[in-house]
Amino acid sequence: MFRFANPNRFMNWSGKLLPWCAAATAILLIVGTYLALFVAPPDYQQGEAVRIMYVHVPAAWMASFVYGVMAASSAVALIWRHPVADIAAQQSAPLGAGFTLLCLVSGSLWGEPMWGTWWVWDARLTSVLVLFFLYLGYIALVNAFDEPTRGARAGAILALVGVVNLPIIKFSVDWWNTLHQPASVFRIGAPTIAASMLWPLLIMAVGFTLFYVTLLLVRMRSALMAAKLRALRLQEFQAA
Amino acid sequence: MTRKRKRLYIVLGGLALLGVASALVLSAFNDNIVFFYSPSDIAAKQVPDGRAIRIGGLVETGSVKRESDGVTLDFKVTDGNTALLVAYKGDVPDLFREGQGVVAEGKLEHGMFRASTVLAKHDETYMPPEVVDALKRAGHWQGEPPKQSSAAKP
Repeated sequence: MFRFANPNRFMNWSGKLLPWCAAATAILLIVGTYLALFVAPPDYQQGEAVRIMYVHVPAAWMASFVYGVMAASSAVALIWRHPVADIAAQQSAPLGAGFTLLCLVSGSLWGEPMWGTWWVWDARLTSVLVLFFLYLGYIALVNAFDEPTRGARAGAILALVGVVNLPIIKFSVDWWNTLHQPASVFRIGAPTIAASMLWPLLIMAVGFTLFYVTLLLVRMRSALMAAKLRALRLQEFQAA
Repeated sequence: MTRKRKRLYIVLGGLALLGVASALVLSAFNDNIVFFYSPSDIAAKQVPDGRAIRIGGLVETGSVKRESDGVTLDFKVTDGNTALLVAYKGDVPDLFREGQGVVAEGKLEHGMFRASTVLAKHDETYMPPEVVDALKRAGHWQGEPPKQSSAAKP
């Protein structure tokens, strides 16, 4: 696996993969949005407002998924001291924070007409807000040190500590009474969402995932190139 | 043991400790994390009058009574075993209806609940209206709550 994570090899394969990822993202998000807005049926209870789900739910899945990627990369960086893993974690953080913010905002816009409130301090909503602060705290911590490697080490430990929040988010709706309803898709037994609504949702979810992969590759490539540039400048400076 | 292996064990051990610690903390604070109590919880816990709490359950079918002014109403919240009478004055969310989930914020007053806010809680089922109609026609619709719930216990 580490064969592909050598910085030069990474630049090589990611450059080739990038246009395909970008194209697939565009197609899936356009098709998914069309299906969500025009083809999927309204809900028997919520009517047309249910269409917020096609943004809210993929954003919520990505919020947790990106954190999982960040924590796994941080573990690899801490244990095997792999430089590309550090970059993957650091470049994921702002993307994850963005997905979490989108999840919180779309959820709030959905909560007002359906539940009758923009926000409540129930276990699900609060734990997702904590996730958002974890992302922000990670970004702040990584950039708080003069020496980048120390910031990366501290950030990696924070990312691993925060991983305890992921099962809390997932199971908050089962462990405690919450205003938020339990899971409809990732649950024991068949999904409780009609197939005509599930398909557009899954297409959007894959689109969101590829969107993240595309942006992550772009960000990691720029970070690697910036590091290379710094090294070259340093060499030039020392030669002069 | 190589240094890498040692670091791996430190990370795994740290995560395990952290998991146990969080589980203990969360279970200790269970009562503060729940968003609302069910009518049975209220009956069992002997909550004193006047303390701000939230109660949740289903709006008992046939229990909603609206005053002529259009904003004052009372209804029963049930969890299938116990029902609690709720009095409320104000707008209710669109999803508020009989047989649906509800969370009310307020306080107990002589065995009834005076709500200051009423929120709707919907379940995790999403379906097109035609499917619901078809299920109802075929007699397979199970969306309505059980009707055997007992009368309110004052």
